[in-house]
Amino acid sequence: MHEMSLAEGIVQLIEDAARADGCTKVKAVWLEIGQLAAVEIDSLRFCFDAVTRDGIAEGARLEIIETPGQGWCMKCEGNVPVTALYEPCPVCGSYQIQVTGGSEMRVKEFEVE
Amino acid sequence: MCTTCGCGSGQTLIGGHALKQCRHAAGKVQYRVKDGQARFPHPNPLPEGEGVHSHEHAHTHDSIDFCNGPAGAHAPGMSQARMVKIERDILSKNDSYAQENRRYLAEHGIFALNLVSSPGSGKTTLLVKSINALNGSLPLTVIEGDQQTDNDAARIRATGAPALQINTGKGCHLDAYMVGQAMQQLTLQDNSLLLIENVGNLVCPASFDLGEAHKVAILSVTEGEDKPLKYPDMFRASDLILLNKCDLLPYLTFDANLAIENARRVNPNIKVIRISATSGEGMDEWLEWIKEGCRNAASGMRVA
Repeated sequence: MHEMSLAEGIVQLIEDAARADGCTKVKAVWLEIGQLAAVEIDSLRFCFDAVTRDGIAEGARLEIIETPGQGWCMKCEGNVPVTALYEPCPVCGSYQIQVTGGSEMRVKEFEVE
Repeated sequence: MCTTCGCGSGQTLIGGHALKQCRHAAGKVQYRVKDGQARFPHPNPLPEGEGVHSHEHAHTHDSIDFCNGPAGAHAPGMSQARMVKIERDILSKNDSYAQENRRYLAEHGIFALNLVSSPGSGKTTLLVKSINALNGSLPLTVIEGDQQTDNDAARIRATGAPALQINTGKGCHLDAYMVGQAMQQLTLQDNSLLLIENVGNLVCPASFDLGEAHKVAILSVTEGEDKPLKYPDMFRASDLILLNKCDLLPYLTFDANLAIENARRVNPNIKVIRISATSGEGMDEWLEWIKEGCRNAASGMRVA
């Protein structure tokens, strides 16, 4: 259940930025969550609703942009899609893959009134 | 509920005492407003008469205001809403505390390890045996993380090594702020070893950098060979696996090679030491790995 910590982290980032911006109501929040990030999106939505209650982001819509997993296969010497951390290279079957994308968890932007 | 880690309010204890201060930056927006306070007070109220919303009050929205948007005017079809780009990592707060810890550790030549595993993998026994085997040859300190009790810190203290217990309450992992607070309470010697035993959990601690040099995953042979596949994030985040309780292998159907192969599917570069806290197998290799890390940390400090 570290999604609760992540949701709190999101709210803190939004509040800090909202304070700097002088806005008082957040209507929607865009997150970028990689396919390989250690986060359960349904759980994150649930926790986001819980931690935004009574705050400036109460009722805000949570938009999640899922980014695909990507890796560099050392054998193929090329970029390959990665769907899970334990999957082999879809081209050559090697496990010598360095993940290059899809593990991010970012707050991209939010919409204010 | 704690607004940073989601644990029960005030339930995080370090050495039996509540965390000293709030983890949030001073002067942050108070979003849990008190009863009777304006729900969304205007930060910069306009002078009287210069707009519908020129006063501070709890909104009841009995009028529609088109003049208070960023453009100060309304164009048909255009929303008054605007976007604020921030592009920040969700874990950036934790990561900034972790960087502070890491800088402190580097400046003082301290080699820090974050020990992670399922509950019951034998972490604490392995730590006790390792501390006894080091036999004072290396100054070391231990931070113990558990939801409740200071049993583990007491077991470490019985070896003579200083140990501080962090109780996370309902929390499922240590975070960098807790460890930073614990580091301040402990007297860490220059050129020493800091062992941080995380909460027994193969999921959440993977995401939280504490400022350590390495995460070390302890996997015992009484678990399943497919644990690295079931919990890939942790094995990807770790640099070393201690395959523990190897003295039991003759009595089990556990296939050690398969477990290692699975771990390397997730993390091709992961190092593995087969070890047994009971028989002492692999202990020399593990302690030599620690000592080498300590030498590098200490020489790093001298260079800096």
